[in-house]
Amino acid sequence: MATIRLQREDFDAAAEAAKMARGRTEIGAVVTFTGICRDHEAGHGVTALTLEHYPGMAEEEIARHVAEAERRWPLLGVTVIHRYGRLVPGDNIVLVVTASAHRSAAFAAADFLMDYLKTRAPLWKQEERAGGTAWVDAKDADDAAAERWVEPSKRDAAE
Amino acid sequence: MRESGACPESAGMGHAPVSVTLRYFAWVRERIGKTEEVVDLPPGIRTVGDVVTWLTGRGEEYAHAFENPKVVRAAIDRTHVRPDAAVGQAREIAFFPPMTGG
Repeated sequence: MATIRLQREDFDAAAEAAKMARGRTEIGAVVTFTGICRDHEAGHGVTALTLEHYPGMAEEEIARHVAEAERRWPLLGVTVIHRYGRLVPGDNIVLVVTASAHRSAAFAAADFLMDYLKTRAPLWKQEERAGGTAWVDAKDADDAAAERWVEPSKRDAAE
Repeated sequence: MRESGACPESAGMGHAPVSVTLRYFAWVRERIGKTEEVVDLPPGIRTVGDVVTWLTGRGEEYAHAFENPKVVRAAIDRTHVRPDAAVGQAREIAFFPPMTGG
């Protein structure tokens, strides 16, 4: 059911969302999230991003989190596309599409998948900026965002 | 990865060296100066942390890559692991910085 792709080429978010919902009248909500390369970061200009990935593991790690999302929410479709290679401001980086009967599951699953993509999928960004290139540092805020999805085992036991 | 004490091929003193592919990504790759290499792990190496310690002694470029070993992440056969994970029968061990995709 899920579509997971790592690719150099661009993607069409609207086409991917339409493909997911076509002929599927049980779907009541489709959420699409597109991450885009921006021209600034923490006060300095960014002229390009180069994304490096671990082929094979990137797909497998994303698939593990898609399976986890499908376990947590009643999803009717998931698409994750992540680009690699050199991107310039305005270029698409990542697409997450989730479908469900109702919006809350689709929104939550898309949010969950993005938080885990940022902290667990083996991809790394290198910025080009005035004066050279630099690997992007992992952000504590991204770790904190992923952490909020951790299911306390106590809560499982209480349910 | 689980360690199988009964497995006659498990790494240990007196056994043949275990051949494994090491892969490096992002600034770990840049500092070491290669994307991957096949190495024979010396006897006595049990965990991913042991591999890091051994690599650090192989040269300045490795010492530079692992100068702050807590920062470098690892995967065994494409699955995230902690430094105390047993190398066991790993075919591929990867080292990389914290991930910044998405």
